[in-house]
Amino acid sequence: MPEPTGVLVIGDINESQLGSTSKELIAAGKGIADSLNETLSIALLGSSLASIAQHAIEAGADQVYSIDNPVLETYHVELHLTALCTLIAETTPRIVLMGRTVEGRELAPRLAFRLGVGLAQDCLEISMDTSTGRLLANRPVYGGSAVAVVSCEQNPQIAAIRPKAYEALESDTSRSGEIIAFPIELNSSDIKTKVIDTVKEEAAGIKLEDARIVIAGGRGLGGPEPFADLQALADILGAGVGASRAAVDSGWVPYSYQVGLTGKTITPEIYITVAISGASQHMAGCSGSKVIVAINKDSEANIFKDAKYGVVGDWEAILPAFTESVRELTQN
Amino acid sequence: MPLTIGVLAKQVIDPDMPTAAFSIDSNAHEVTVPATIPPVVNGFDENAVEAALQIKDKQEAHVTVISSGASFALDVMKKPLSMGADDLVLIQDDAFKNSIDSFFTAQLLAAAIRKLGGFDLIICGRQASDWDNAQVPLGVAEFLGVACISLGRKVEVNSDKVIVEKIIPDGYEIVEAGLPALVTVSNELGQPRYPTLRGIMAATRKKPTIWTTNDLELDSAALDPRIKLHDLFVPQRDQVCEMIEGDDAADSARLLAMKLREVKLI
Repeated sequence: MPEPTGVLVIGDINESQLGSTSKELIAAGKGIADSLNETLSIALLGSSLASIAQHAIEAGADQVYSIDNPVLETYHVELHLTALCTLIAETTPRIVLMGRTVEGRELAPRLAFRLGVGLAQDCLEISMDTSTGRLLANRPVYGGSAVAVVSCEQNPQIAAIRPKAYEALESDTSRSGEIIAFPIELNSSDIKTKVIDTVKEEAAGIKLEDARIVIAGGRGLGGPEPFADLQALADILGAGVGASRAAVDSGWVPYSYQVGLTGKTITPEIYITVAISGASQHMAGCSGSKVIVAINKDSEANIFKDAKYGVVGDWEAILPAFTESVRELTQN
Repeated sequence: MPLTIGVLAKQVIDPDMPTAAFSIDSNAHEVTVPATIPPVVNGFDENAVEAALQIKDKQEAHVTVISSGASFALDVMKKPLSMGADDLVLIQDDAFKNSIDSFFTAQLLAAAIRKLGGFDLIICGRQASDWDNAQVPLGVAEFLGVACISLGRKVEVNSDKVIVEKIIPDGYEIVEAGLPALVTVSNELGQPRYPTLRGIMAATRKKPTIWTTNDLELDSAALDPRIKLHDLFVPQRDQVCEMIEGDDAADSARLLAMKLREVKLI
């Protein structure tokens, strides 16, 4: 049984291009591979992968395993699992890095279970303990109130990294590396679930993930009507409108507004919260914001520990005057 | 033949407890909670119970709730019975003390499900609010070899198929799978029903089945730990908040707007 060696990134493809997750994982993996003095590889699954593979090398990978098969054009978790289990069995990586993306949420745990190993889930930071050969991962737990440092006991050691936890490296078009074709026989009969239909429910207005400014409302608003006031402020600023889980669970706004650990993770330049207490599960979705502004009537509210600017007081008295001042200041 | 539904539920520390009450025993790597704050059934698992009961509202079904843990507060764990579930199976063992190891938990729950004869449909909450691993349901599906659909906001059963509205960014997919299958659900499923008085009375009369790991048929290799917990800590937060204070609320509001303008944020 060969010694496990090397760091294997499981890549993603977005609209026929190398996905941003792949680049972030390559950045995360590079540090680990360098400290081990081992190879950094990336697995790409899809079809017509030639130029994508080249971009992966330019993004920092030493080696690309190209699993090119037309049946992989549409994502099916069962086919990805079969392909990755085969690849890992043959190439015996020491470390496997995956993205905790929409697909990764299902793929990473199932891959680990299928291989009989543990998974360090939703990691913010990874490092190598070269004395023990174990990858140490920092991951948020208890809704983000605490951080756990974990390692996996068996090989390969698999970690699912939170999107945007790492920044992509500068692309280097002069970089060279090896592109290895890795054909695998895949059986469509392994697919156990069928997508009958896809329904898009685009929220009106600016997409939260893209908005430079987001205004969010919470439980303290007391009902759906105040969200119209938040929308009016958002309209002046060209901002998106979000909400805490309490507000969506109460049915005041659609679930697409939810920002938080199990809602959307957003990184706007300004995140203005109105009557949100700032529980850790909510902060997990917005702590990447550059500046947080908080309006809350409780001076002890958790939100003030994360906000850069705060006003303690009743939103009903503050919001109208704030909106008016913003209107005057921005319409000059 | 009634449809058999298994619901996996976990007893957790109340995630809504005040932040000030949250502290960590750094030697034991454990969260310590004041005795005044009782545990709860994991929120997403209540959504799972609700999903099962919505199916039971429409067709003949038997709902069994299964939980694993180091210790249980029976009044807490009986809540799914009060909501309308039929049976409760608890696997109680010290080995579950450090439930961060999803592999271990999934192995044991899969063994318990096999011992119970399997289910047509297994419904689980997407993740537990303590370790936020979101892995155990997927592991159970893998070990049982059943179809798996995650992040459902609506679950229906039609003869031998489960049809799920699966949440995707900006919408949903309608996904179907043949039974037996496992589905995970999220809060988008909607508010779980409140226990009725009748349900509470029925629940008090019910005795849960209580097993330990010795009662389950397990591969000893399955019990080797997969995850090691090195440390557990509350992260330091360095942010200092500048509190804006005017003569009154409206004045503070104006000063805030001017501050944001001054620092060129708006």
